[in-house]
Amino acid sequence: MVGEAGERRHLLDVDDLAPEDLERVLETARSFSEVMRRPIKKVPSLRGKTVVNLFYEPSTRTRLSFEVAAKRLSADVLNFTATTSSVEKGESLKDTALTLRAMGVDAVVIRHPVAGAPWLLRRWLDVTVLNAGDGMHAHPTQALLDLFTMRERLGDLEGKTIAYVGDILHSRVARSGFKACLAMGMKVLAVAPPTLLPPVVPEGVEVSYDLDEVIPRCDVLYMLRVQKERLLEGRFPSPQEYSRFYQLNMERLKAARPGVVVMHPGPMNRGMEISSEVADAPHAAVNAQVAAGVAVRMAVLFLLLGTGERGD
Amino acid sequence: MGFRVKARVMEEDDIRRAVRRIAHEIVERNRGASNLVLVGIRTRGVPLSSRIAEAVSSIEGVEVPVGRLDITLYRDDLHTLEQPVVKETYLPHDLEGKNVVIVDDVLYTGRSVRAAMDAIIDFGRPATIQLAVLVDRGHRELPIRADYVGKNLPTSREEKVKVSLKEVDGEDAVYIGYPD
Repeated sequence: MVGEAGERRHLLDVDDLAPEDLERVLETARSFSEVMRRPIKKVPSLRGKTVVNLFYEPSTRTRLSFEVAAKRLSADVLNFTATTSSVEKGESLKDTALTLRAMGVDAVVIRHPVAGAPWLLRRWLDVTVLNAGDGMHAHPTQALLDLFTMRERLGDLEGKTIAYVGDILHSRVARSGFKACLAMGMKVLAVAPPTLLPPVVPEGVEVSYDLDEVIPRCDVLYMLRVQKERLLEGRFPSPQEYSRFYQLNMERLKAARPGVVVMHPGPMNRGMEISSEVADAPHAAVNAQVAAGVAVRMAVLFLLLGTGERGD
Repeated sequence: MGFRVKARVMEEDDIRRAVRRIAHEIVERNRGASNLVLVGIRTRGVPLSSRIAEAVSSIEGVEVPVGRLDITLYRDDLHTLEQPVVKETYLPHDLEGKNVVIVDDVLYTGRSVRAAMDAIIDFGRPATIQLAVLVDRGHRELPIRADYVGKNLPTSREEKVKVSLKEVDGEDAVYIGYPD
């Protein structure tokens, strides 16, 4: 996160953060979660800065979360969503980027269906770029808020075990999550049917097809959304079949460690990857994840935009 | 940043007496301690505020609530800082209608105090905001003055004042010197 002298700072994936940066983001987020409990939940740190939310994909919570975070830091926020803007008229990403540059914005938060789009933006623009999810590739702020949530529940994460369960093949949440959890010294498992696993997983990630075998070993069960489209692609025979082997329900939860944390990036398919009772059980940290999302995004925006640009 | 000592200007006993006197002045000015909240600015204003609160309690026989304030998010020089650490702010009380005494170790340009006042006002509307400092070294850049001063210390802008407190630095002393 700390650039060379005078260099712009960005957050494109978790690897942009050195271990000490990771620590600093989590610590700063902790202070911001205190700000969120104040009567006036707004501080003047980013006064005069403009942040653009550039969303080419539907998203409710990530966009709202970035918007709330920026506003609580007193930044001005512009929302640019694909369906309401000139993207419908065929404007290219590059032209949109150049328009934003001409308007003199300070940061662009981008979500795009194509992997690598944030990297292109960084090349074209002289502003801070934050990746809010690109294709199936990366979603760094989700990984950071997940770390934050786990730390609040479990304390030190070194040596703890997390299983990502579900559609890992199409999941940018898992891809960035693997990196973040490994960086914290966690043991990481990928649990899914073979058709929903990528051909290669990062070094250090253990693959399993058997959720029941994995559950008793885990401190965190991270359930990924399984989209209905995957059924049409023939990746599993039926929703019933999927949930029979991979749904986290009360029966399976009985085999888990007492303090196990159940997480989900949202929106949940209740009855598919997670049963409704588990989603509402005290183990579930889903709402804590949403709250952490605002604090972590405030921390990231503050550290990227609010502080000195030069390493002197 | 390093620090080259020119002189030791306050000893442990001097600091103890200054804290004690400030406590008496606070009680006198506010006619007691019943409506009082002390708020220390991080880092060294925090132990100082606890010490003053203790002294006030021993004079008046009532507990004085103490808060700690991190002003990083309110600073006007954020753009010059490389990766500042934002610490938690804790205020014990609804500040509405209270007499709030901001406590800091050194009063210099007045910019920290400006930031602290902005932060406090975001938490509520105190009846008054007052300022207590261990050392006033002059060179104000804003129209701000302290209500309670441990020691007035004439300095030049090139000099630095370093307050050491047991809770943070392992000893009680005030030094004047130069940045190294």
